[in-house]
Amino acid sequence: MNQLKITIRATIVLTILTGLAYPLLVTGLAQALFHRQANGSMVDVNGKTVGSELIGQRFTKPEYFHGRPSAAGNDGYDALASGGSNLGPTNQKLVDRVQTDLKKFRAENPGFTGPIPADLLTSSASGLDPDLSPASAEAQVARVAAARGVPAGSIQALVAQRTQGRQWGLFGEPRVNVLLLNLDLDRSFPVRK
Amino acid sequence: MTANGIFQIALYFLVLLALTKPLGLYMTKVFQGERTWVHRLLRPFEVALYKLCGIDETAEQHWTRYAGGILLFSIATLLVTYLVQRIQQWLPWNPQGLGPASPDLSFNTAMSFTTNTNWQSYVPETTVSYLTQMIGLATHNFFSAAVGLAAGIAVIRGFARHSAKTLGNFWVDMTRSLVYVLLPLSILGALLLVSQGAIQNLHPYAKVATLEGAVQTIPQGPTASQEVIKMLGINGGGFFNANSAHPYENPTPFSNFFQILLIFIIPAGLTYTFGKMVKDTRQGWAIFAAMSILFLAGVFVTYPAEQSGNPILTKVGIENTATATQPGGNMEGKEVRFGIANSALFAVITTDASCGAVNAMHDSFTPLGGLVPLLNIQLGEIIFGGVGSGLYGMLLFAVLSVFIAGLMVGRTPEYLCKKIEQKEVKMAMLSVLVAALSILGFSALGSVSHFPKDGYINPPGATTANLNNNGPHGFSEVLYAYSSGTGNNGSAFAGINANTPFFNTTMGLAMFAGRFLMMIPLLAMAGSLAAKKQIPVSAGTFPTHGSLFVVLLVGVVLIVGALTYFPALSLGPIVEHYLMQDGKLFSLLLNPGVVWG
Repeated sequence: MNQLKITIRATIVLTILTGLAYPLLVTGLAQALFHRQANGSMVDVNGKTVGSELIGQRFTKPEYFHGRPSAAGNDGYDALASGGSNLGPTNQKLVDRVQTDLKKFRAENPGFTGPIPADLLTSSASGLDPDLSPASAEAQVARVAAARGVPAGSIQALVAQRTQGRQWGLFGEPRVNVLLLNLDLDRSFPVRK
Repeated sequence: MTANGIFQIALYFLVLLALTKPLGLYMTKVFQGERTWVHRLLRPFEVALYKLCGIDETAEQHWTRYAGGILLFSIATLLVTYLVQRIQQWLPWNPQGLGPASPDLSFNTAMSFTTNTNWQSYVPETTVSYLTQMIGLATHNFFSAAVGLAAGIAVIRGFARHSAKTLGNFWVDMTRSLVYVLLPLSILGALLLVSQGAIQNLHPYAKVATLEGAVQTIPQGPTASQEVIKMLGINGGGFFNANSAHPYENPTPFSNFFQILLIFIIPAGLTYTFGKMVKDTRQGWAIFAAMSILFLAGVFVTYPAEQSGNPILTKVGIENTATATQPGGNMEGKEVRFGIANSALFAVITTDASCGAVNAMHDSFTPLGGLVPLLNIQLGEIIFGGVGSGLYGMLLFAVLSVFIAGLMVGRTPEYLCKKIEQKEVKMAMLSVLVAALSILGFSALGSVSHFPKDGYINPPGATTANLNNNGPHGFSEVLYAYSSGTGNNGSAFAGINANTPFFNTTMGLAMFAGRFLMMIPLLAMAGSLAAKKQIPVSAGTFPTHGSLFVVLLVGVVLIVGALTYFPALSLGPIVEHYLMQDGKLFSLLLNPGVVWG
C-alpha cells in the first residue's frame, strides 16, 4: 500500500504548502507592495473611513448622485450579501421593478427628459457596482444642481472630471465612480444646513 | 455590437493565440522532465516535495494505479475539506466567529471543490472563515487543477506511446503541475490582481459610516491569492457571493481581461503540448482550430443577443442602443465597468472551460445569451475546457470522429497511427452517456419532485418552489444547475435555492459522476492505446491534421450535443426566446424564499 502512504503524506505537505505558505506569502508581498489596494482601497475624509472606492454605497438624498438599483440585501448595497437579482428577462417582477423605479426617477428628475440609459434602472451583478455610465450621471445633473443651489454647468464639470474612459483607452467601458463623485460634490459645493 | 466590443474580443483571441505555443512548449518540457529556464530556481522545491511525500520520481504506473492515485488523493483531500468546514468555529482566522457549516452543505462543498466544480450553495461572506477559504477551498483550487493536468498529460501519453504498459506517474505529474505551472503563475498573478484593487489581508470585516450616515460592513480576506488560482485552475468558486462580479475580486476592466486569459491559457497551451508529445504539432493545432471555431461561434451568438437587449424593457422605456456614454443592451445583472461585450465574452469563456466563475449573472441573460453558456457546458466543456479535462474531452470526440469517418468509408478507424477499436469507442461512448444520463436524469428529478413542506429533505416543499423564476426560465434554472454540476462547471442560473439537502446531495452525486466517471474511462482508453503497436501511415489513412478533420470534429461535437440536449433546451431557453419576443411575462406564483448563490 505504497500509494496510501504517499496519499497521507502528500495531503499534509501539499495542504500546508498551498493552503498556508502560499496565501501567507502572497499576503506579505501584497501588503508590502500594494498596501492601499490590499486593504480594500478605503477612502478617508478627515481621518474617518467613509467607504471603499470599489464598493458602491446607497444614496437616496437628492443632493447626491444615486448608484444603480442593488439586489444586495433588503435595502441594497449590503456588502455582506453581494449578488444580483437573478430575475430572468420574462419575469413579471423584473418589469414591475423597472416600471416602479422609472416612475420614481421621472418624478425626482423633472429636469431630465431624455431616454433612460441601459444601466440606470437595471440592477448590477454584484449589487455593489461602484460605477454609473456617464449618461446615467448626466441624467441626474439637473436634480443635484437644484438641490445644491448651483448652476448645472458646475456640476457637469465635476462629472466630466470624474469620468474615466476605457482603461488605457482600450478595456471595459467608460464610467463614473459614484462615491468619489459625491465626495467631490461635498468638497466643492457643500450643502448648507 | 460596438466596434470597441469586437476589438476587445479580437484582442483577447490574439493574445491567447500568441501564448499558446510558448506555454505549450514549456509544459511539454516540464512533464517530460527536461530542463527549463526555471530549473535552477524550482528544481530544489520539486526534489524536496518528492522527499517529504515519499515519491519515487523514476517509478512508472499502469493506468489502473495512476487512476488509483487520483482517487486516493481526491478522497483524502475531500475529507480534509469536509472536516475543516465542520470545525471552523474552533480554528484560527475566523474573525467573524462563523459557526460550522451543515453536514449536507459541507459534503456538497467538499465534493464541489474536489471535483473542480466549485458550485457554491452558500454565501461565502457569512459562511466560511478565512482559514476555511485558505486550507479548505483554495487548496482544492490547486489540487483539482493539478489532478486534471496530470490526467490530461497521462491521456496524451496514451496517444504518444506505443507498445507501452504505463502512462507516467501520477504523483510526479501532479507535483510538477504545482511546482512549475500553478504556483509560480499564481504568485505573480495574485500580485497583479492586487495592483488592480483585489484585496489580500486577514483583517476583520471593515465597518464604515457612509456619506448618508448608514453603517456598511465590508468583508475583507485573503482574496487575490484565491482569485488567481480560481481562474488559472479553472475552478470558479468565488471568495465572495458575487464571484468575479464583486469589485474586490475583479476590480477593473484590465483585471477582467487578465482573468479570462487565465482561464484559457493552460487548456490552449495543452493543445500545443499534445501536438509536441505526439511528435506532430499539426495535430495539436487542428484541435486548437476546432476549439476556436466553437468558441468564436458562441461569442458571436451571446454578444449580439445581450447587446440587442430585452424588448420588454425597451417598451417600458429603457434605452437599448449603445452610445458613447452608456452601454445599451441587457444590463440587468451586469457591471458598468465590464459592459455588454466583456460580460458576454466572460460568460462564454467560463462555460467553454469548466470554470464557472461569473462576472455577470447568467440568470438574467436574454434567453439566447443564456442558451450558449448552457449548451457549452452540455457539450462537455471541451472548447478549451478544464485543465486537462478539456483536452481529454476533445480527444474523446476526436476518437468518435475518426470512428464515424471510418464507418463512412468502411475502414478500420485510425488516430495518430493507432487502430481505434471496440474498447476505445466503448470508453468514449461511456463518458458521453454518463454525462447525458446525469444531466437529463437529475434535471427531470429536480423538476418534478415533491417533498413535505418544511421537511428535512427540501424545506420549500416541491422543488419548483426553490426557483426564482417561473415559466420556461424556471426550468432553465434546474437544467442549468445539473448541467453545471455534471460538467464540473459551477456557474449557475443563480436564482435557484440549491442549499437544501435534496439539491446539495443530488448535485454532489452529479459532480462526482461528471468528474470521475469521465476521467476513469478516459484513462482506461489511454492505457489501452499506449499498449497498441504503431501502424504506418498509408494512402488510405484519414489525415487528422487538416481542415476536413477540423470540420468533421466540430460537426460531431455539435451533432452529439444537439441530439442529446435539444429537446430539453427547447423547453427552456428556446421557447422563452419566442415568448420574450411576444412580450409574455411570468409571475411568481410560489414563494421560493430567495437565497443568493
